[in-house]
Amino acid sequence: MTLTHRETVGTDAAAPTEVAVRLDGVSKVYGRGRSALVALDGVSLTAHRGQFVSILGASGCGKSTLLSLIAGLDPITAGRVDTSGHRVALMFQEPALFPWLTVTGNVEIALRMRGVPRRRRRPEAAQLLEAVRLGGFEQRRPHELSGGMRQRVALARALAQDADVLLMDEPFGALDAMTRDLLHDELERIWRERLLTVLFVTHNVREAVRLGDRVILMSSRPGRIQQEFPVRHPRPRRIDSSEVAELAATITDTLRAEVARHGH
Amino acid sequence: MATDTSARVRGLDALELAAQAPPESTARRLATKVWRSLWPKALAAVIVLALWHLVVLSGWKSEYVLPGPGPVFEALGHEVSTAAFWNSILITMRRAVVGFSFAIVIGTAVGAAVAANRALRAAIGSLITGLQTMPSVVWFPFAILLFKISEGAIMFVVILGAAPSIANGLINGIDYVPPTWKRVGAVLGMRGRSLYRHLILPASLPSFVAGTKQGWSFAWRSLMAGELLVIVVGQLSLGARLQGARDLNDAPGLLAFIVVILLIGILVDIAFSAADNALRRRWGLSQA
Repeated sequence: MTLTHRETVGTDAAAPTEVAVRLDGVSKVYGRGRSALVALDGVSLTAHRGQFVSILGASGCGKSTLLSLIAGLDPITAGRVDTSGHRVALMFQEPALFPWLTVTGNVEIALRMRGVPRRRRRPEAAQLLEAVRLGGFEQRRPHELSGGMRQRVALARALAQDADVLLMDEPFGALDAMTRDLLHDELERIWRERLLTVLFVTHNVREAVRLGDRVILMSSRPGRIQQEFPVRHPRPRRIDSSEVAELAATITDTLRAEVARHGH
Repeated sequence: MATDTSARVRGLDALELAAQAPPESTARRLATKVWRSLWPKALAAVIVLALWHLVVLSGWKSEYVLPGPGPVFEALGHEVSTAAFWNSILITMRRAVVGFSFAIVIGTAVGAAVAANRALRAAIGSLITGLQTMPSVVWFPFAILLFKISEGAIMFVVILGAAPSIANGLINGIDYVPPTWKRVGAVLGMRGRSLYRHLILPASLPSFVAGTKQGWSFAWRSLMAGELLVIVVGQLSLGARLQGARDLNDAPGLLAFIVVILLIGILVDIAFSAADNALRRRWGLSQA
């Protein structure tokens, strides 16, 4: 199940291919003995700097586990994760902002934990909020914002960690289609401006194709890398374009076959 | 293209925020709020006074044992004009504030320690809940043995009454910090003390406030029991005055002091509710 990814690099071949994230035979087992659950089984994956990698799979394929392992939130059972000195930030489906802090406070806390001195935090947070187009909302409370705005605050907070690897766990899953579409454009812009490496987990096939340089399809129980699809369509892409729809249909067929396999 | 997206973002934000109800003017909102919280209380007071009056009229007990609202409020009106009355309130409230403050300090320290330490929790976690359910009067014989008839005896029981609720409030708050927040804390690099300071303690604040509110009611009960049982010479507290009225068969005076004690309880409860509501509004937990 080892795949070579050299030919699938979406950015042009002349770009430096510095590796940002490398996984070697990563496995994760929860529990032990008879009740042990193999969440991930021998996952190998390389993401180059500046690459946008979509990770797609049905329920139980261990997508979220994979991100937790890369972020170092969970110990690995076997294999190796190498982020080679890159700072890693993780975003979840819920914005999970702290309600006792204002919008700017939620961003400043990330700066503070990073060791940014006090007097530089406020202006830096303002810049980051401006980057996600939330200038003017600094003093609001999280509950006063819409779901899409809260998720943008969470994005600003992740950027405040000064990470160049951004792990995103279905970050737009709870948003309506219009807001999600808009946030795709915004994320793409920020990804390019900041030369981020993004690992984007989703179960939405079109979203994966819309955003990714590559789409990695995972199989379920145990989670393994099943297949990889390069996305060569030029950006900016539209989620409702025929190119995106066509590739999405191919991937969906593979995904369906994988889901059906578990019905037997 | 860029300006197009920017306009779309601003437009969508504006639309989504406009969907929320516009805030009323603060003065008007305050007036409505005061009226809403006041009329049920006023109605309840009228009903109680009417029932009380009816019981007195029925002649169930003679009037020198159970006076009606008229004589009682007359006695109260007289008391309010004396310096001795306000001095009694001062003595009682000073005890309440000092005892409750100690209880907050001790309860918070014990609660934080128990929540952080698994062995400590196993050792005294259920002891705290046991103490919480114990009627505080039970402690008085022991307190008098330890501290004699003194302020110390009263403080001892007040603290024992309030601290367990405060500790339990904090422990519950810490136990129920949402896991997603903890994951965010871990992603942001919060560990040990910074985790407590920036995440666990602020996140447990609502439960801590609830525990403190309950702690106050236990402190107040313990204090009243203490003032009836432990009458320190020269300290004419509310409890001492209540006991004194009984000794002199002064039924209107006795009931007047009960009304005062009840009113203080209600006022403090209103203050706690206001703090709780302010917190809920900040967090976006309130519906209205």
